[in-house]
Amino acid sequence: MDLNMDLNAPHSMGTTIIGVTYNGGVVLGADSRTSTGMYVANRASDKITQLTDNVYVCRSGSAADSQLVSDYVRYFLHQHTIQLGQPATVKVAANLIRLLSYNNKNMLETGLIVGGWDKYEGGKIYGIPLGGTLIEQPFAIGGSGSSYLYGFFDQAWKEGMTKDEAEQLVVKAVSLSIARDGASGGVVRTVVINSEGVTRNFYPGDKLQLWHEELEPQNSLLDILNSPSPEPMNI
Amino acid sequence: MSKAVVELPPKGGFNFDLCRRNEMLLKKGASPPSFRKTGTTIVGLIYQEGVILGADTRATAGSIVCDKNCEKIHYMAPNIYCCGAGTAADTEAVTDMVSSQLQLHRYHTSRESRVATALTLLKSHLFNYQGYVQAALVLGGVDVTGPHLHMIYPHGSTDALPFATMGSGSLAAMAVFESKYCEGLNKEEGINLVCEAICAGIFNDLGSGSNVDICVITKGHKEYLRNYRVPNTRAHFSSKEFTFPKKTEVLLTKIVPLREKIEVTEDGDAMEE
Repeated sequence: MDLNMDLNAPHSMGTTIIGVTYNGGVVLGADSRTSTGMYVANRASDKITQLTDNVYVCRSGSAADSQLVSDYVRYFLHQHTIQLGQPATVKVAANLIRLLSYNNKNMLETGLIVGGWDKYEGGKIYGIPLGGTLIEQPFAIGGSGSSYLYGFFDQAWKEGMTKDEAEQLVVKAVSLSIARDGASGGVVRTVVINSEGVTRNFYPGDKLQLWHEELEPQNSLLDILNSPSPEPMNI
Repeated sequence: MSKAVVELPPKGGFNFDLCRRNEMLLKKGASPPSFRKTGTTIVGLIYQEGVILGADTRATAGSIVCDKNCEKIHYMAPNIYCCGAGTAADTEAVTDMVSSQLQLHRYHTSRESRVATALTLLKSHLFNYQGYVQAALVLGGVDVTGPHLHMIYPHGSTDALPFATMGSGSLAAMAVFESKYCEGLNKEEGINLVCEAICAGIFNDLGSGSNVDICVITKGHKEYLRNYRVPNTRAHFSSKEFTFPKKTEVLLTKIVPLREKIEVTEDGDAMEE
């Protein structure tokens, strides 16, 4: 094992990100691991960032590149919303991301999944992988952990799922890829977007279903750490 | 035309193939690459009333300690401080620059600076230089929206966490935090935990050493505890004073104090044309 861990390696998100449409909206899901080389720099990161009230983006690849691209697009979308006088559509958000990704393809290394709900098209998912292609899909997967999910989705994906089915599918998929991909881990975060608004959910890593050869924790440090602690600060 | 390359599985044991090449290179005068350590342990944590930042005080140039007591906790705003790891010149320059920008922004808006402002200024600068400005920072402060703690990486990405560590000693410090951190620590517990984390870096990482600096920031108040703990005092001092070698003729002795005492008198007359 290489003990000379390169702590100066660019901060990247070996990741699993997923976006799934269901009848009524979309569900976005991601793991929470950010790594620098072999060290986990952040074990509880939030890879699902908000672009507007009704559009969110899942980020993968270089952390810096994906954060800056989503910051720029959030800014452009804000201006666009003011000029348009109504909420931006998911298609516009996805196209702005695509323009930045494609026109700077030599300098950026980031794969993004844009998902949201608008009143014209309903729930939509757009995948924008490395290189800057824009592709509208009923479901999209990305990140290093997605390699393990192509077969799973071919079998498990169905048209016209309900909100709960879609969310359970996303949680199951992220959990499976965390089990197999070393660069994915931590917790599972999901965001459900529909006509009623946005709901964020959180599934801690130790509460996920156990897969093949995974064992129940025994004498886990988490039991000691989970003992009650005082109230955090209120401002 | 197809390439016929048979991929043999690697045989066990050390592969000596490159040793001859290395010997040849050494003979020709090419020096082997040296390790570049960005020594430091810097940490931050959010506690009940605000933020506590900590840092060690060793600055290294290669494998030599060039400064045994440097300051790694930089001032950004009255309510925001930033610890810096990486190339010392880069951390100093970038924190000074953003500190000035924040001051100008305060004049412009007549408001206390926010941590998010400092964060955006730092991250966009670092991103524009694509990681060539080697500054890894732990930014902490308390503003109107509450206490904030952020990690900023040389390539421009940021993370927001309740406890953070950076630098070559970050793994040692993170081990301490992961086992002992909980939400809602009081000031004494927080300072002790930060001290323990920095000491873990000082004693277990070669790039970190000397003393512990701590900065406590709460709403409307900050405490900069320079050299809060000094666990590495010099143990042996020679009892002999300095003497010139025998046969030296001392011609002149002149003692110049390094710090002049300046006395300021109040009640002077106001300046007039």
